[in-house]
Amino acid sequence: MPAILSIDRLSKTYASGFQALREVSLDIEQGEILALLGPNGAGKTTLISIVCGIVTPSAGRVTVGGHDVIDDFRAARRLIGLVPQELVLEPFETPMTTARFSRGLFGHARDDARIEAVLQELSLWDKRDAQNRELSGGMRRRVLIAKALSHEPAVLFLDEPSAGVDVELRKEMWAIVERLRARGVTIILTTHYIEEAEAIADRIAVINKGELLLVEDKATLMKRLGRKHLRIELQTPCPAIPEALAGYALQRSEDGTSLSYTYDTQGERTGITGLLNDVRAAGLTLRDVQTEQSSLEDIFVDLVRDRG
Amino acid sequence: MNLHAIRAIYLFEMGRTFRTLAQSVVSPVLSTSLYFVVFGSAIGSRIESVEGVSYGAFIVPGLIMLTVLTQSVSNASFGIYFPRFLGTVYELLSAPVGHAEIVIGYVGAAATKSMSIALIILATASMFVPLRIEHPIWMLAFLLLSCVSFSLFGFIIGLWAKDFEQLQFVPLLIITPLVFLGGSFYSISMLPPVWQTVTLFNPVLYLISGFRWSFYGSADVPVAVSLVCIFVFLLACLGVIWWVFKTGYRLKS
Repeated sequence: MPAILSIDRLSKTYASGFQALREVSLDIEQGEILALLGPNGAGKTTLISIVCGIVTPSAGRVTVGGHDVIDDFRAARRLIGLVPQELVLEPFETPMTTARFSRGLFGHARDDARIEAVLQELSLWDKRDAQNRELSGGMRRRVLIAKALSHEPAVLFLDEPSAGVDVELRKEMWAIVERLRARGVTIILTTHYIEEAEAIADRIAVINKGELLLVEDKATLMKRLGRKHLRIELQTPCPAIPEALAGYALQRSEDGTSLSYTYDTQGERTGITGLLNDVRAAGLTLRDVQTEQSSLEDIFVDLVRDRG
Repeated sequence: MNLHAIRAIYLFEMGRTFRTLAQSVVSPVLSTSLYFVVFGSAIGSRIESVEGVSYGAFIVPGLIMLTVLTQSVSNASFGIYFPRFLGTVYELLSAPVGHAEIVIGYVGAAATKSMSIALIILATASMFVPLRIEHPIWMLAFLLLSCVSFSLFGFIIGLWAKDFEQLQFVPLLIITPLVFLGGSFYSISMLPPVWQTVTLFNPVLYLISGFRWSFYGSADVPVAVSLVCIFVFLLACLGVIWWVFKTGYRLKS
């Protein structure tokens, strides 16, 4: 797959001296969903803003569909749709007029049938003539998406799409993203909700303090960095961890009915066989055994702590 | 050139005018009509004619200029300041549009508004006073140049303003006094010599003088000087706007 978005050694230092990005390089393939994950102030919005032309880079180069975002900004920006983080809309305009404005601004002829299709898809058609200020927060978020989709972008940026939205709307947003992916739209979303990245992204890029810590296929990332927890439930509670098991760094539940063991799935030896043998040798009787994959959140916290 | 973008910005801005018709059009027309009633009919009836023109008719070009200048500045400044204030300016900055399209869209809409208001006021004035337009083509040319150049000026203010107070500052505290003191209600020949000289430093005098010439054929300063002044102002505004976009001043970080 060719890269539709290519970021090469991008740096940004603001006038205040704050260095928001440090030599970030990243290629995004056509049709993929990339989640840009990082804590607040990590540089996510700056990165998006440079690609979209809102912030001027200090160094580096960005191309969209092969077009440089500065030298050939018209061709590059025609391909990009941006849904900003803040719910910014002209309060006295309507979803219909704002979406129509966006379509024209991005160089497309007026096409009300297209706008209707977008508003229908986002369940905004009934509210097409309501003033934006009368709409709920969730609807405003959808109007912003409608504006971006009205000009049929090949690459869509969603900057914190579920910031401040309820669970239901977040799920709805994910469904929209899924439909867009089916149409071949490349989506880059920033988020600090791990759950979101885990649910919809193909690849995950982790950014912290302006540095790209890693870019990895989601499944590979989980596998590579994932740790598993083995939980051993006992028939009869044990009052303390037996001496023979001291080498396993086990954790005993408060009531003594279970022991848990954390291991690296990528390690040469997980130690599970030995542990289970030693548990039996120590005279403990198993009732059940469960394993649990560590979540992306655990991975993320580890990464940011270790390298940030 | 992204013509669809120019059209979109222009229609979007004109839509605001139609939505706020009372504020955008009715209010300046009403206030100008009040000027006619007070200065033209009530007080003007006691004032003898100025340079052969009845006082009521004499003030028409000045009153139109007063409205054109303040309306151009407020409309154009609001047009670009409001998206900055709301944050919706992100879309303008991320769209495939060059500086020219943005300026043509916003300034074109603001100039259209003030031009329309000027023509409505002209029509209103003809109901109060006997009007004579000796050079109608020049009259329209002066009007158009004033609408465009002051809309450009307003656009700069809209880019510069940090809050609504600054936005109001220039139309209220600079434009209005300059227009009042620029001979909208009198000919500078009516002033003492010292004040005549001082008034020559007021740029608005040249606009009003040229515009009044197109009506009645008499002017405080030569018409060619008036035209040069407007063009210099127009070019200066274009220069500032070019610099703003080039540097991203108050638009981009």
